[in-house]
Amino acid sequence: MAELASQLDLPEVAPPPPHPVRKSIERTWSGLWPKVGAILLTLIVWQLVVWSGWRPQSALPGPWPVLNRLASDLSHLDFYAGMGVTLRRAALGYAIAAAAAIVVAILIARIELARRSVGSLLVGLQSMPSIAWLPFAILLLQRSESAITFVVVMGAAPAIAAGLLSGIDHVHPLLIRVGRAMGADGLRLYRHVIIPAALPAFVGGLKQGWAFAWRSLMSAELLVAAANQTSIGQLLQSAGKLLDMQQLLAIMIVIFVIGIAIDSLFSDLDRLVRRRWGLLGSEA
Amino acid sequence: MWTALEPEIVVSNLLALSEKHALSVERLSVAFLHGDQVLLALDGTTFEVKRGEFVCVVGASGSGKTTLLNVLAGLDRPSAGRAHVHGRVALIFQESALLPWLTAAGNVELALELRGAPASARHKLASELLGRVHMAGFEKRRPHELSGGMKQRVALARALAQDADVLLMDEPFGALDAISRDLLHEELLRIWRESHLTILFVTHNAREAVRLGDRVMVFSSRPGRVAHEVHVDLPRPRSLDSPELAVIAGRITDRLKREVTYG
Repeated sequence: MAELASQLDLPEVAPPPPHPVRKSIERTWSGLWPKVGAILLTLIVWQLVVWSGWRPQSALPGPWPVLNRLASDLSHLDFYAGMGVTLRRAALGYAIAAAAAIVVAILIARIELARRSVGSLLVGLQSMPSIAWLPFAILLLQRSESAITFVVVMGAAPAIAAGLLSGIDHVHPLLIRVGRAMGADGLRLYRHVIIPAALPAFVGGLKQGWAFAWRSLMSAELLVAAANQTSIGQLLQSAGKLLDMQQLLAIMIVIFVIGIAIDSLFSDLDRLVRRRWGLLGSEA
Repeated sequence: MWTALEPEIVVSNLLALSEKHALSVERLSVAFLHGDQVLLALDGTTFEVKRGEFVCVVGASGSGKTTLLNVLAGLDRPSAGRAHVHGRVALIFQESALLPWLTAAGNVELALELRGAPASARHKLASELLGRVHMAGFEKRRPHELSGGMKQRVALARALAQDADVLLMDEPFGALDAISRDLLHEELLRIWRESHLTILFVTHNAREAVRLGDRVMVFSSRPGRVAHEVHVDLPRPRSLDSPELAVIAGRITDRLKREVTYG
């Protein structure tokens, strides 16, 4: 009788299962329309400023010729080659930064001396504009691919390490007790308990690290023409030199869109992790 | 005074079947350094728990109950004395001690993995264990999708997955509503009857202790030691609302109050 009661009790206390598909469509739409609205508003304001005759068309072309130019750029293979070079650099620099950050963060978390030495430097490194490393990188590595990668790494790594470290530091002590009580110790405790528990903060650090990496890369590409490779930064630089404002604005749009697209991938990852971890509150 | 005996924790699987006692605690003292003060959480505690016995520990907060469980589970070191555990230990906590990123089945499977169960058998074993605590059908739910009582059922399944001989429970139902708690009492007693588990159950609720335990130990406050002991010889199943149970629980509560007031 008592067991029957306990079985009957279960469905009532269980919260209803979520409807993932409908929810994700609703969420996509509700996330999309403000963005579409903002883009339209920007285009309208832009066009109005051009029509006002504040600056001549050569100095400030309207959105229509710029978008036309962008379309014709996008039909040229050279343009994709430049984008490819830039994205390859971003990926390489970001990957090195993430790998280095993981190692450094775990060392700092594990070793008290590392925390007192490197840990205190991390905050300073994070607030230092990574482009300040560029002259150093050029003297050290010449005007090469490596110099650009170096700047990207110095931009992204501190933010990623800080995110992971704060995640590790804020793992609930109860979870560590649970892990140890189940017999997990040393590396197994890290693998099964500490790293997964720190993951939401780590993803936050990865997202911030990407923003820093992208900024650093653009600065570095503007200043370093390495190995005669056409990159987005170089295209932007040469458009400026040729006083080609249409081309300049078209490339700025590309930079903006790439930045947003990758950032939104990180946002999705962030939301996914938080939902799985039960950190989204009512949405869960 | 409490350095007279060498601290020692012995966990012996070989002795598990032949020993009469599942737990023996002998003049156990645990001290913590708090700033430059030494806090004595346990002071010369001595008791034994027979194999298959269900013993409840009642004490006010600060009576070293959690410290006692930590020492028995091997998470804290004793300052002096001995704590012998004959067999494997599993620990159950008050709340939200499930790993939130794993499903109900995932939590149980992790315990199986850490115990060394072969990968191929884990999935089936986890389902069986969840079935034993009436959580069949909830394997894929994550902890935040479960109610408090259901989480503790999963925690129970996870503890069973550790294939323990001794279950240490640290106020496991303290955060639950009255009905969920009542149902979980029945569940726990059923599992205890079906298995050969020894249970040491810590609570601050005297009625809960009398309902569940063969024996109730009342701990004194700071430092903790066994101040009083009651053998509960009421027949099972016991009802939380029965007058006989209330009388015994009332005596324990009075004793507990004296411990808190006079230290």
